[in-house]
Amino acid sequence: MKLTVRIWRQSGPADQGGMVTYPVDGISPDMSFLEMLDVLNEELVERGEQPVAFDHDCREGICGSCGVVINGEAHGPERTTTCQLHMRSFRDGDVIDVEPWRAKGFPVVKDLVVDRSAFDRIIGSGGYVTAPTGAAPEAHATPVPKPDADLAFDNATCIGCGACVAACPNGSAMLFTAAKVAHLNVLPQGAPEREQRVLDMVETMDAEDFGGCTNVGECVAACPKGIPFTSIANLNREFLRASRRR
Amino acid sequence: MHEYELGEPIADTKAPDGPIERRWDERKFTAKLVNPANRRKHRVIVVGTGLAGGSAGATLAEQGYHVIQFCFQDSPRRAHSVAAQGGINAAKNYRNDGDSVYRLFYDTVKGGDFRSRESNVYRLAQISGQIIDQCVAQGVPFAREYGGLLDTRSFGGVQVQRTFYARGQTGQQLLLGAYQALSRQIDAGNVELHARTEMLDLIVVDGKARGIVARDLITGEVTSHLADAVVLATGGYGNVFYLSTNAKGSNATAIWRAHKRGAYLANPCFTQIHPTCIPRSGEHQSKLTLMSESLRNDGRIWVPQRAGDDRPPDRIPESERDYYLERLYPSFGNLVPRDIASRAAKNMCDAGFGVGPGGLGVYLDFADAIARLGRPAIEAKYGNLFDMYERITAENPYEVPMRIYPAIHYTMGGLWVDYDLQTTIPGLFAVGEANFSDHGANRLGASALMQGLADGYFVLPPAINDYLAGGSFETVAPDDPAVSEVESEVRSRVERLLAVRGDRTVDSFHRELGMLMWDHCGMARNETGLRKALERLPALREEFWRRVRIPGTGAELNQELEKAGRVADFLEFGELMLLDALVREESCGGHFREEHQTPDGEAQRDDERFSYVAAWQYHGEKPVLHKEFLEFDYVHPTQRSYT
Repeated sequence: MKLTVRIWRQSGPADQGGMVTYPVDGISPDMSFLEMLDVLNEELVERGEQPVAFDHDCREGICGSCGVVINGEAHGPERTTTCQLHMRSFRDGDVIDVEPWRAKGFPVVKDLVVDRSAFDRIIGSGGYVTAPTGAAPEAHATPVPKPDADLAFDNATCIGCGACVAACPNGSAMLFTAAKVAHLNVLPQGAPEREQRVLDMVETMDAEDFGGCTNVGECVAACPKGIPFTSIANLNREFLRASRRR
Repeated sequence: MHEYELGEPIADTKAPDGPIERRWDERKFTAKLVNPANRRKHRVIVVGTGLAGGSAGATLAEQGYHVIQFCFQDSPRRAHSVAAQGGINAAKNYRNDGDSVYRLFYDTVKGGDFRSRESNVYRLAQISGQIIDQCVAQGVPFAREYGGLLDTRSFGGVQVQRTFYARGQTGQQLLLGAYQALSRQIDAGNVELHARTEMLDLIVVDGKARGIVARDLITGEVTSHLADAVVLATGGYGNVFYLSTNAKGSNATAIWRAHKRGAYLANPCFTQIHPTCIPRSGEHQSKLTLMSESLRNDGRIWVPQRAGDDRPPDRIPESERDYYLERLYPSFGNLVPRDIASRAAKNMCDAGFGVGPGGLGVYLDFADAIARLGRPAIEAKYGNLFDMYERITAENPYEVPMRIYPAIHYTMGGLWVDYDLQTTIPGLFAVGEANFSDHGANRLGASALMQGLADGYFVLPPAINDYLAGGSFETVAPDDPAVSEVESEVRSRVERLLAVRGDRTVDSFHRELGMLMWDHCGMARNETGLRKALERLPALREEFWRRVRIPGTGAELNQELEKAGRVADFLEFGELMLLDALVREESCGGHFREEHQTPDGEAQRDDERFSYVAAWQYHGEKPVLHKEFLEFDYVHPTQRSYT
């Protein structure tokens, strides 16, 4: 395949940045999107130019490092991570636009790399069960109904890639925060800290410059792990419940 | 023989004597304690935030130590432990199928082909139950039965169901548990996290590990960090092969730098080949993706009975299929250990029975299981794995059998450590895949997660207490010559890399190295091939330092520079791997020397000569081999049989 990719280049946070056009050739439909960028980067290095910086690591859709906006969509045309998007989703001769996540909470570091450390601070403010090592009761001491365990699992599959924020017109981090709150609040292990958790996490989320949620639903459409929209309703419910009991 | 020297054997691993089931309690009791009020005066560096590093950092901080933690990713949650799919073993006998601590111990020693330490493995089995308790308390959503109790499944090399799992994402869920515990400590100010920061060297003062030199990957700034002890939790070195199931960033730099500062490296040639990986599709490929071993619970592995049969699988009738694992190993069937399953697949493909492009694949077929259990049951168990397979290959595994082929996966070698996880440099500890200690020559499935968490949550804390209680720690000044020397070495190495300004990309060198290692030190090795690779490698290394091209500067985010540093270390490390494989003139587990096989083509150990851990000491061009002889008081080495 022969393609034209237009990529956002920005040397650092202070740089204005802009789109640069690169032709690429010899792309196999079996390549992942990141492998296509690898091919381009090797060519750039051979020509003595700066390769395109992008985040990636496991390349099997689970570490959550990768993530770019492709033709206006977070992670591109399919509902998956960028490393699991394959070039067979495109056609010979296509022009493809590649940009970093764009959100106030995710400042650009360089080219397609953004700073997502705000997510870590949201987790640090309450996204855990306080269970110091060695103090745990026997695992079977607390049965968890299977539907609860499954619901917790469905929400726990969030990989923290940030596509939800990138897709949201408000740059909101609600889906990410909601997934974590649902994961822990539905389990008996998470119950003692249930109220404090949601209050603290929402407060941190707001303080980190993410926008508010207006139920647009783009986050859910872009989420590669299928975190359900109902999680956001759950977050609102948990927040209201906790606020009233405070 | 390639040049090396024989050093003194290793006399003591610090494991207590006495009955094996008492040794760990004994060690915990004799380990010195640090008064809680004094703990906050000690600083401990932890490098890496995977299962071993994340759990270690969280636990040490809970105990009151001041922890300084590093990861090269943008967040601790992205460490490659996140990608482990299948599960974690624990001897809880919830199934009433005869499991016990002793059986987990026995299976692991046998599975590792009698090249691991009995004391360590027994301790691992003992701690396994506590790990599940800890993770459940943290809110890890393990799979459950309708009654609310935990579900389990089987893995290769065992005949009980002791593997706890969270669908096909067990590693992710366990890692999030450790990450959340760590995040809590970061928020509380007990852990100082340096993300996007890579350790490039170790600081040793008066013979003790006292800190690291690291590079901030965003600004390029090289800085020193000082502490009273250093813990390496930096994972495995499988990326020396370029194509592997490891994350792209996984590397050997931290352990290799520590090795050059005096830490012994043990059994570097022990590499696990995982039998169920998606076959490679072309030259462009940047990484290999695993299909969890748990699929072998329900999938049946087969090839056509006639070599070169290129009919589509649904056109090959039952009577013309060879379910070779079930035929060769009737009692374990498709659940033989990884080394056995991998070698069997390779043998079938080498003999011309392979399927798919290039004949490098075998079928993993779910048709029977779907007919027996129904598609919804299979979807519930393996849905995400099936989706992943379809995404990568564009084939629907509910309709056609998966094609799988073995691939480089987990490395059992690593830094040599004693029973306390301490390396030969006092104050330098290695945990998880970065050490060599518990798996022997082959790792059984669902054991890596167990070892990582056992080390971090339970084994390291008393070991660190003992070490810190036992010594006085003079303050090291940041401008101490021992510090500034290492720092300037790191800086000049970065500058040297940038100054080459050659004409070949880093990746082209990495691919060439990987091919060399795979061809001559991969699934099968022989003397001729190893010698050939040992001749080629120094030339490739020399060419690297003459021709590598790295654009940009050191004072910015420069991903080519990061890769170049790692490949430069792989080019040195690979040579030790080859030498270790050459010296070990026997076959065991993941190390298959073609000259040493039974008449049926199984690995032929030579206990008489090689029942030892090979611990290599760095000594310039001529490494020194120290042997730690293994003792088996409980599980007596026999020819492994899974038939």
